[in-house]
Amino acid sequence: MNPSLALESAERKPSWLGRLFSGRHLVIALPFGFLLLFFLLPFLIVAKISVSEMEIVSFKDLLTYQDGVLSISLKFSNYLFLLQDSLYVRTYLASLQYAAATTVLCLFIGYPFAYFMARAKSSLQPALLMLVMLPFWTSFLIRVYAWRGLLTEGGWVADAIVGLGLDQLLLAMGLISSPGKLMHTPFSLVLGMTYTYLPFMILPLYGNLAKMDLRLLEAASDLGATPWVAFWKVTVPLSKAGIIAGSMLVFIPCVGEYVIPELLGGPETLMIGRVLWDEFFSNNDWPMASSVAVVMVLLILLPLALFNKYQAQAQERR
Amino acid sequence: MTELSAQRATPVSAPSTAFVQVQNVVKDFNGFKAVNNVSVEIAKGEIFALLGSSGCGKSTLLRMLAGFEVPSSGRILLGGKNLAEMPAYRRPMNMMFQSYALFPHLTVWENIAFGLQREGQPREQIQQRVEAMLNLVQLSKFAQRKPHQLSGGQQQRVALARSLAKQPLLLLLDEPLGALDKKLREETQIELVNIIESVGVTCVMVTHDQEEAMTMAGRIAVMSEGRFLQVGAPGEVYENPATRFVADFIGNVNLMDGKLTVDEVDHCEVQCPDCVHYVGHGITGTLGMAVSVAVRPEKVRLSRDKPEGRYNQVQGKVKERSYFGGFSIYHLQLPSGTIVKSTQANTQRHQDDNFTWGDEVWAHWSDSAQVVLPP
Repeated sequence: MNPSLALESAERKPSWLGRLFSGRHLVIALPFGFLLLFFLLPFLIVAKISVSEMEIVSFKDLLTYQDGVLSISLKFSNYLFLLQDSLYVRTYLASLQYAAATTVLCLFIGYPFAYFMARAKSSLQPALLMLVMLPFWTSFLIRVYAWRGLLTEGGWVADAIVGLGLDQLLLAMGLISSPGKLMHTPFSLVLGMTYTYLPFMILPLYGNLAKMDLRLLEAASDLGATPWVAFWKVTVPLSKAGIIAGSMLVFIPCVGEYVIPELLGGPETLMIGRVLWDEFFSNNDWPMASSVAVVMVLLILLPLALFNKYQAQAQERR
Repeated sequence: MTELSAQRATPVSAPSTAFVQVQNVVKDFNGFKAVNNVSVEIAKGEIFALLGSSGCGKSTLLRMLAGFEVPSSGRILLGGKNLAEMPAYRRPMNMMFQSYALFPHLTVWENIAFGLQREGQPREQIQQRVEAMLNLVQLSKFAQRKPHQLSGGQQQRVALARSLAKQPLLLLLDEPLGALDKKLREETQIELVNIIESVGVTCVMVTHDQEEAMTMAGRIAVMSEGRFLQVGAPGEVYENPATRFVADFIGNVNLMDGKLTVDEVDHCEVQCPDCVHYVGHGITGTLGMAVSVAVRPEKVRLSRDKPEGRYNQVQGKVKERSYFGGFSIYHLQLPSGTIVKSTQANTQRHQDDNFTWGDEVWAHWSDSAQVVLPP
C-alpha cells in the first residue's frame, strides 16, 4: 500500500459519535455530567418547589391542562414574603456581613503568610505548604468542636484573652455582649470561620505570588521605588487574581455556612444556613425553604459571575 | 609573559576623566569568586561593554553597579562618590533589563512614568517627559498598550525609554538585544547607539555577543572567570589580542604553536611545524621560548602557485568549503594535520577559478598579519 495513502486514511475525520466519545471529550464530560446530575438538576427541582403550591403530601403541578386550557401556576408569594419579612432580609445581610468580615480577616492574615512562604528558601517551601494543609488531616467538625473547648469559660484561649483584658476591646467593638463570655458571639463565629477558611485564602495567593517574576521588583527598585512602594505598586496589583480567587473561595462557602454558626455562634448570630434548616426540618415548609435557598444561590452567583468575568479578562491578557 | 604584548603600538589611552571607577572589586559567593579583583575606569559619555560567555561574572559586575549585589571587597565610585552605602532605589542610574522586565499590569505610558512618579514630579512635567521619551523611541502611538500587546522590538524600545526617562547619569544595559532575532538585532544595534549618543548618557552594557559589543561599544572588556583579560577599543581587541583566549574568543583565528628563533628590533621569526613565520616587528622575549602565532582568516590569502620567498606560507589540501554568500571560508589541511582557515570575499558573481575540495593550494599572509602570543 502506498504510504501516503495510509496516512490519508488515518487522518480521515472520525464520525460525529466517535468525536463525542474521544478521550478529550470524555474527560470533560464526566465531571460535567456529574455536576449536571447532582447540582443543576437538584437545583432546578428546588427552584420548582419554591414556586409550587403545597398540598398535604405533595406539590401541585405547575402545568395543568384542563378543557383545552393550558394553565401555568407559579406561586411567587414565598419570594414576596422573603422581601417583606425583616427576619429574612436581616439574616441575609448578617450572612453577607459575617462572610465579608471573615474574608477580610483571612486576607489580612493570609497575604503576609503566603508572601513570606513564596519568598522563603525553595527548600523550605514544601514544609511550609505542608503546615498550611496539616489541619485538613483532622476532621473539620472536630477542629470546630475544639474551638468550643478553647473559647468557653475556663478554656485556655478564653483565659488568655480575658487575662490580657482583650475582652474589653471586643466588648467595645460590639463583638461580644458581656465581658468574659466569648462563646456564642459574633467573635467566636468569625474566629471559627477565619480559622477554618484560612488555607483556602493562602493557597491561591501562594500559587500566584510564587509565580511572580522577581526581576520586576528589581526593575521597580532600579526606578526609585523603595521596597514598600514596590510592594504596593507591583506585587499587590500583580497578585490581584490570587486575591480575588482566595476571597471567592472564602466568601462563597461562608455565606451559606451552617455547621460553624451552629457550633460557635449564638442566638444573635443567625445566619441563612440556620434559617434554611429550620424552614426545611422544623417548619416543614418546603416551598418557603426552597425560595430561601434559591435567593442564597443567586446572592452567591453574582460575585462568582464577576469573578469569572475577571478571570476571562486575565486569561485574554496572557 | 605580558611583555609579549609590548609589541602593541600604543597602549589603550586611559580615559581623560574617570566618571565610573571600579576599584579592586571582588564578589564572593560562598567561596566562588564570581568577580575576582576587577578594576576599570569609564569616562563620561563612553559606551563600555563587558563581553564574555555566560558565567564569566559580567552580569554580577553590572548588578553590583546597579546596587542589586554588594561587592565583597573593593569600591565602586560614580563621579567620585562611593556607591557602597547607596541602595539601588537611590542610585542615579537606570538599567535596561535582560528581556526587559516591563510591568505587565501597566501600560507603556505608565511603565515609562513609573520612575518619574517615584520622584514625586508634578503631573505636567511627567506628562511632558513621557511624551518626549515616547517620541525618542517612536512609540507615541502605543502609549496606551500593555507590554504583551507589543512586539519584541517595541518592548525593547519601551524598556529603553523607561530606563532613560529619569535622565540617569549612568545607563546599564543587560544583554540589550539578546531577545531579538538576528535581522532585527542588527538594525536595533545602530538605532540603540544613536539614541544613547543623542542623549549623551554614559553606558555600561553586558553582552555575550561579540558583534553586538564591537558595533555598539567604544571600549570592550573581555571577561573570563571573573577577571578582565583585556580592555580596549573593538579594533584593538580584535587586531591585538593580548592572549590566546581573547584571540580565540573574539572572531575566528588560526593559532600556530612554535619556537622563537630570531628576535631583532625590526622583526622576529617563529619556527612552526608547518612553516616559518616572519613577523614584521620585534618582541620582548628570549630565543627558543614557546610562542603562538595568531593569524585572522581574512588575512590569509590563497593561491594555486607557490608564492615568492620562503616565509609566511603553507601548502595544504582544501578540506572544507563553506559558502556564506558574501564570503566563503576554506579549511586547508596541512601535512602536520593542522587546519588553516581562510576567508575569501566573493567579489564576482561567477568565479571560474574557485578552489574546491581536494585542491592543493598555497596559503600565505603578509608580515604584518600576525600577532605573537604567549602559548
